[in-house]
Amino acid sequence: MATCLANQFFAEALRDCVRVLNAQGCAVSVPRTQTCCGQPAFNAGHAKEALQIARHTARVFQQSDYVVTPSGSCAAMVKKHYHDLGGGESEWRDTALELGKRTFELSEFLVDVLDVTSLGDGLEGRRLVLHPGCHGLRDLGLQRQAVRLLERAGAKILPWEADRECCGFGGLFAAKLAPVSLAMADRKLDTLPRTGVTLTSMDAGCLLQLGGRIRQRNLETRVVHLASLFAEAAGVRA
Amino acid sequence: MSEPSVPYPEVSEPRVPYPQASAEHLAAGPEVRDSVIGATIAFDARREQAYSEIDIEAWRDWAGAVKGHALTHLDAYLEQAETRLREHGATVHWARDAEEACAIVGRIARDSDARKCVKSKSMLSEEIELNPYLESQGIEVLETDLGEYILQLLGQPPSHIVGPAIHCSLADVQKIFHERLDTPSDASPEDLAAAARAALRSAFLEADLGISGGNFLVAETGSVVLVENEGNIRLTTSLPPVHVALVGIEKVIPRWSDIGPFLELTSRAATGQALGMFASVLQGPAGDEGHGPESMHVVLVDNGRTRALADPRMWESLKCVRCGACLNTCPVYRQTGGHPYGWVYSGPIGSILAPSLLGMAEARDLPFASTLCGACADVCPVRIPIPELLLEWRRRMVAADLTPSSEAAALRAFSAAAVRPGLFHGAGRAFRILPTRGPLSLGRRMLPMLGSWERGRSALTPNRPTFLEDPEGDS
Repeated sequence: MATCLANQFFAEALRDCVRVLNAQGCAVSVPRTQTCCGQPAFNAGHAKEALQIARHTARVFQQSDYVVTPSGSCAAMVKKHYHDLGGGESEWRDTALELGKRTFELSEFLVDVLDVTSLGDGLEGRRLVLHPGCHGLRDLGLQRQAVRLLERAGAKILPWEADRECCGFGGLFAAKLAPVSLAMADRKLDTLPRTGVTLTSMDAGCLLQLGGRIRQRNLETRVVHLASLFAEAAGVRA
Repeated sequence: MSEPSVPYPEVSEPRVPYPQASAEHLAAGPEVRDSVIGATIAFDARREQAYSEIDIEAWRDWAGAVKGHALTHLDAYLEQAETRLREHGATVHWARDAEEACAIVGRIARDSDARKCVKSKSMLSEEIELNPYLESQGIEVLETDLGEYILQLLGQPPSHIVGPAIHCSLADVQKIFHERLDTPSDASPEDLAAAARAALRSAFLEADLGISGGNFLVAETGSVVLVENEGNIRLTTSLPPVHVALVGIEKVIPRWSDIGPFLELTSRAATGQALGMFASVLQGPAGDEGHGPESMHVVLVDNGRTRALADPRMWESLKCVRCGACLNTCPVYRQTGGHPYGWVYSGPIGSILAPSLLGMAEARDLPFASTLCGACADVCPVRIPIPELLLEWRRRMVAADLTPSSEAAALRAFSAAAVRPGLFHGAGRAFRILPTRGPLSLGRRMLPMLGSWERGRSALTPNRPTFLEDPEGDS
């Protein structure tokens, strides 16, 4: 599951995601009819529309053994919220729960499903900070999986006072409450080391927010999607 | 939802919505943000440490269950509390709304010829706007909580449930104390506290009436229980001849044996202490031999709470013990403090209470003042599912047509496209060809959400081709 934001803004990270999965022996198919998981509508209170998009997504991925997505928040949407969208409708509930069981964020899939302990050692000497993303972190407990794979690849994950704080993206929040959203991004960025650090996350939305702010402020921090770091670790980047 | 049994409060001055208020607030300068971030991070760290010392998940399960039980049997427990309080010689009053509550306090003051009144921190008194009412009746009210006292001098409302003046810097306090209490303009925090103490001490001795809130009301024993760190509550409730406790009807807990754990859990959640410095248990006037007030009144205030209680989803918000932990951990609250929320209860808990207590139309913006990051749900000592309730309010706002029409239309268009892959990806391509610079970038900037995004962040630059157009990356 590519996710609508990554498809538009982190296309190469998605290709890296495919490369990493291929290197682990997975056959990856990319259904072209996929669109969005429905989270923008869901979070804005448009429940009916979110259900329609969720039904579409469930149809698109009906045949897949696993649905892997390099996004904690889209995975959380499918796994934690889909089944409640249909009101009391039990058929949808069953469909959604079944889909949820097959759906995983990339680092979660690698570590918890494939039991990967190491992707390779291609990150030797890299200094990273990891923004786990709120929905991945709180809904799915994601953080340790990524840390483990990055550290095994030789990267050093620096302690970050604000690592578990929200970046201020929040979908429409970033536009509707822009000054607050920017202040939240600044709180994250102001607690980072000034130089020589790469910021990574499994969520395209958070990376757009933090990366957009970093460029606007001319900070030196590099921003790389987690899937691309995994590809680098495995030595499969293009 | 049934029709509200009690009308929503009348709006004298409409709230400035949070998006606008927060923008103005942040534009005014970094001082408040710096103060609030510093204070909330310190509170939150102490809370985290205090939680780690106990089996916190089991405590939260227990506390949420007891509050849930009390709220679902509220009628019986309130009557039990009333009976016990009367047996102890206290007078119990029932107030349907803010107006009735203020009138009751005003009548008690008149009946006891009170001209001077001391008051300890009570968010409920702020909710019902008691101070302006009493002042309109010619009764002088002095706030005795240090934070509230500072705010009274500054003429500001509290910005936090527990630390009402956390938005103030030391310099703010030095300045107002210098002007009003004649302290040196560079007085130390200790000297400032001493000056406040001296001013308050004489007021305690002269006061005819003491007004407090109530953290808990124990049904079994008829006890109003208060926890604090400064000692001003002890003095407010025991020195003046008359004591009035304002207690929201949701504050009742069933058993005396519940109070120890609730005081401890609330203290840990609020300030990271195992227990606040003073816990006061008040259950009637002094009587013949004891110390304390000659008469004690307990005003049980509804002010919209029964309406919230009747709501099959929102009743859970009444479990709140007003610890402020959700404010301290909220990354949105931290940027602005409480004032831009425009209501006495701010932050995540305020945003789910406001539509119940003020009405949906009046509070339409507040459920959206969140990124749904979920930090609040992780810390709430009584396990109120705040993000779920924020989402439920959002759904109700959409259903009631209370969200901006342009936003609703944009989301419907997005959603309609998202079930038609050709259209969805075609729209993506159209977006990609909008130039980011030059005269033709106007079209791009006219997309309201995009324009707002790109003030403060670098321009969005979509990839061409997108992943779905070229998954292998070989074109």
